[in-house]
Amino acid sequence: MSVDVIKTDAVIIGAGPVGLFAVFELGLLDVKAHVIDILDRPGGQCAELYPEKPIYDIPAIPIVTGQQLTDQLMEQIEPFGAEYHFNERVDTIEKIEDGFRLVTDCGTQFECKVVVIAAGGGSFTPKRPPLPGIEAYEDTSVFYSVRKMDAFKDKDVLIVGGGDSALDWTLNLQPVAKSLTLVHRRSEFRAAPASVQKMMDLVDSGNISFKLGQVTTLHGDNGQLTGVTVKSPDGSTFEQPTDIMLPFFGLTMKLGPVANWGLNLEENLIPVDTAKFETSEKGIFAIGDINTYPGKLKLILSGFHEGALMAQAAHRIVYPDKKLIFQYTTSSSNLQKKLGVK
Amino acid sequence: MARITFIQPDGSENAVDAEPGMTVMEAAVKNSVRGIAAECGGACSCATCHVYVEEEWREATGEPEAMEEDMLDFAFDVRPESRLSCQIRVTDELDGLRVRIPEKQF
Repeated sequence: MSVDVIKTDAVIIGAGPVGLFAVFELGLLDVKAHVIDILDRPGGQCAELYPEKPIYDIPAIPIVTGQQLTDQLMEQIEPFGAEYHFNERVDTIEKIEDGFRLVTDCGTQFECKVVVIAAGGGSFTPKRPPLPGIEAYEDTSVFYSVRKMDAFKDKDVLIVGGGDSALDWTLNLQPVAKSLTLVHRRSEFRAAPASVQKMMDLVDSGNISFKLGQVTTLHGDNGQLTGVTVKSPDGSTFEQPTDIMLPFFGLTMKLGPVANWGLNLEENLIPVDTAKFETSEKGIFAIGDINTYPGKLKLILSGFHEGALMAQAAHRIVYPDKKLIFQYTTSSSNLQKKLGVK
Repeated sequence: MARITFIQPDGSENAVDAEPGMTVMEAAVKNSVRGIAAECGGACSCATCHVYVEEEWREATGEPEAMEEDMLDFAFDVRPESRLSCQIRVTDELDGLRVRIPEKQF
């Protein structure tokens, strides 16, 4: 927990393509930014949902993958020296005398003059299997991530899933847990082949067990799991005793704390005007997939445009006494100096 | 034009018209059919457009390809007749197709 407050001009919430390009547009106007994202790397949906998939509608780039687009944006905004805070989620935004105070789930505090919400579909959170009553076991017997491995010492642990997270935690927790069982619906895994091989070796040596099937029911009481019912591919069921269950079914987007920030919302989107892309709160802007206005299109392209106009308005808040002269990067030596090309 | 019927978990039905070339997911979203979230917009990246294809249509819709089968790992209550509707391309041959929507996309 840091008690130091980070002071900056702008905080951008979300490091997807639109949030990243906002660093560029703000940077050209001398507005310094910090970027916060719940994922462990930049790119947002482009990096998390479709890093390998081609995008065809970025102007002048006939084809680019989500990861390439992210990498190229990071290169393009590099001169502006933004600071990044990954694996953090903004929980609260509070109005203070000279702007806003933001606090993340890690306790990091920011004070800034403008806030730019570029949070896309919200924050990525682990998928919760729709098993009846699962809420009662969460954080006592059911966990969607591992914070402290020691918590699973001497426990019977059940891991569900067939991706990299499921395999990685199977390998990491096996030496710690009293017993470890992996349940997956099929015998193929979409995980690194080396991890799959290591897991198979542990099964062969009798150190873990692997069972085919899908969990259908949880058993236990007072938040303490005692076991689960598993349905095999042939339709038969069996009981699997366990103290702990770790389901790994990927991530989904949830609006999350945005709903608690006191902004007007329309069906989980933030209404903005189309001159400044400002929300119902002066000084808080919303750009990209999270905003709505008449004619809104959820395109990366539109988010870039919104960022450019937002930056003009943000500049007026950060530098109320400075006159903003519109300049082109092709001809302005001042802008070129900021970009480090002159 | 192909007529596609979506059957809700409560048994109610929505029949919609789909143009050949679009996907079954797009037909659902375009007609605001409940229960097809399609969070990723059709990139086969989220498993929130999961459907169960009715037995008599399984041959016509075919089996999932490897990428789709991988993504089904992230769906709930996967069955042999499970498909991701963004990966079923509408053709004239699919006129009359019936698919069931699961209790929950998650």
